[in-house]
Amino acid sequence: MGSLRPLGRERWWVLAFLLPSLIGLALGTLGSIAATIGISFTDWDLLTSPTAAGLSNYAELPGDRLFMKSLVNTLAFAGLYVPLTVIISLWVAMGLNRKLPGLTLFRMAFFLPTVSSPTAVGLLWTWIYAEDRGLLNEAIKAVGGDPVSWLGPDVALYSIVIVNVWGAIGGGMIIFLAGLQAIPKDYYEVARLDGASTWQLLRFVTLPALMPSIFFQTVLTTINAFQAFDYIYILTRIGNGNSTMPTLVFSIYRSGFRFFRMGDAAAQAVVLTAMIFVLTAVYFRMQKRWGATG
Amino acid sequence: MTRNAWGDILAFAVLTLGALAMIGPFVWMISTSLKPVAEQFDMALIPQSLTFENYPALFNIMPFHLMIWNSLKIALISVVGQLLTCSMAAFIFAVVRFPGRNILFVLMLVTLMVPGQVTVIPQFIIFKTLGLYGTQAPLYAPAFLGGAFGTFLMRQYFMTIPIELAEAARIDGASLARIFFTIYLPLSKPALAAFAIFAFLFSWNDLFSALIYLPSDPEKTTLNVGLALFQTQYGGQWTLMMAASLISVAPIIIAFFLAQRHFVQGIAMSGFK
Repeated sequence: MGSLRPLGRERWWVLAFLLPSLIGLALGTLGSIAATIGISFTDWDLLTSPTAAGLSNYAELPGDRLFMKSLVNTLAFAGLYVPLTVIISLWVAMGLNRKLPGLTLFRMAFFLPTVSSPTAVGLLWTWIYAEDRGLLNEAIKAVGGDPVSWLGPDVALYSIVIVNVWGAIGGGMIIFLAGLQAIPKDYYEVARLDGASTWQLLRFVTLPALMPSIFFQTVLTTINAFQAFDYIYILTRIGNGNSTMPTLVFSIYRSGFRFFRMGDAAAQAVVLTAMIFVLTAVYFRMQKRWGATG
Repeated sequence: MTRNAWGDILAFAVLTLGALAMIGPFVWMISTSLKPVAEQFDMALIPQSLTFENYPALFNIMPFHLMIWNSLKIALISVVGQLLTCSMAAFIFAVVRFPGRNILFVLMLVTLMVPGQVTVIPQFIIFKTLGLYGTQAPLYAPAFLGGAFGTFLMRQYFMTIPIELAEAARIDGASLARIFFTIYLPLSKPALAAFAIFAFLFSWNDLFSALIYLPSDPEKTTLNVGLALFQTQYGGQWTLMMAASLISVAPIIIAFFLAQRHFVQGIAMSGFK
C-alpha cells in the first residue's frame, strides 16, 4: 500500500488531484441518488414547478401496466440472461484454455460482438428477426416451416435474450480466461497423481479456483441485465414510445424522457436501484457462505 | 487416441461453430451493404453484382459525415477527461496515505453498482436548467468528473509500480504532481492505452445519453442516434441499413484487429484480484 504521507503544501495537491472525483462522487452519484429519491416524491414535468406528490408515484406503479410488464420482463430477462451468459462464457474460456490452435483468432471472434456498437449490430438483428422476409424466417421457410414473429410479444423475450447473450459472451470469456491461466499447473499435476478424473479436476480444482471470477462476473452480469436497453430500444420499439418487450430502463426512458413525467421516472429508477442493491447484497451473502470452499 | 485428444477435437469443433455464430452476422452485414437494392433479398453471400452505391446514397439521405464527426469528437474529449481525472484520483489512492482513504475508495467502488438511470434524471434536469439540453456538452462533461471503473483500473496498475521510485523522487524535492506526470504516467502506458480504448468504446457505443440529450437534430447528434433515426425512416431497406451499421462498426473492428492485445488486457485487468 502507498506509504507517502503528504506534508505541508502537498496536502493541496492531494485535494486538487481528488477534486474532480470528489465532485463526481458527491454531485454525480451520491447527490444524484438523493435527488432522484427526492424527485420521486413530486410530480414534475420540467415546464412548471414540481408539486409534492407524497408516495403517489410509488402507489401508482402497480397500476401502471407498462411498468408492471417491464418489471416482469426485466426479471424474466435477468433470469435467463445471467446464467446463460456466465455459463457459456465460462465454457468457452475452458475450451480456449486447452491450448488449441488458433487461440488468438477464436478469442477475437468471440470478442467482436462485445466491442461493436449494440445500436449498429441491433439493426442487423432486426433483419435477422424480421417477420417478413427476415433471414431466420427465410431459412425456416426454405425447410418448409412456418414463419415466426420473432419480435412479437410472445417470443420477443427469448429473441432479445439471445442477442444480449451473443453480445456479452466475449467480456465474460476474457475474465474467465485470465482466471484460468492464473491457476498453478501444479494443482492439476498433484490431483492427477492422486488419480483424479477429468470431472473431479473440474469440480475440485478448476471451479474452486475460479470462484472469485465467477462471483465477480455474476454480479457484473446481473447489474448489466437490469440495465439492458440498447438492443431492446433498437429491436422492439413500436409507435408512441412503446415496445413489444419493455424493460425497466425502457420504461424509465419512456416516462422520463419521452413524456417528461420526472417524478414517475424517478420512482421507477429508485425501484430499479433498490432491486440491484438487494440482489448484490444477496450475492455477497452467498459468497460468504460458500467462501469456505472457494 | 487418448481421451484428452478427443476432448480437444470436440472442443475445437464446438468452438468453431460458436465463432462462426459470432462472426457470421458481421459477414452478412458487409455482404449486404455491397449489394444493389434489387438483390437485397437474394440470400447469396457473395453479391452477384458488387456495388458501393449504398455508401454515397447514405450520405445523401442524412449528414452521416457530421454524425461520425460528432461521435468521434465526443468520444475523444471523453477519453481525455477520463484518463486525466481517473488516473489523478487513482494515483492518490495508490501512493498517498491520508485519513479516510480506504472509506473513500470503498465508497467509490460501491458506486459501480449504481445504475446510470438513477443518476440521469437529476443530471438531465441540471443540464436542462443550464440551457445545455440539445448541445453536446452533457455527453462529454461528466467524463471530467472521474469514475469508479477507471479509477479502480488505474489504481491497480499504479500499485504495481515500486513505491521506492516515488520516495526517491520526493527526497530529490519533486512535488506530487511532478511524480505523477514524470514517473507514474510514463510507466503506465499499457494501462492508459487499455483504459483509453474502454473510455472510447463506452462513449462511441453509447445510445441512451445521446438519445435523451440530442434526440432529433441530425447535424448535432451522434452516429448511434442517427442510426436509430435512419431505422425509423428507412427500415426495411436493408442494403442501406447495413451500410449505415457498417460505418459505425468498421472503425472499431479495424482498431480491434490492430490493437487486440490492448483490448483484451483492459478487460482482464479490470478483473478483481
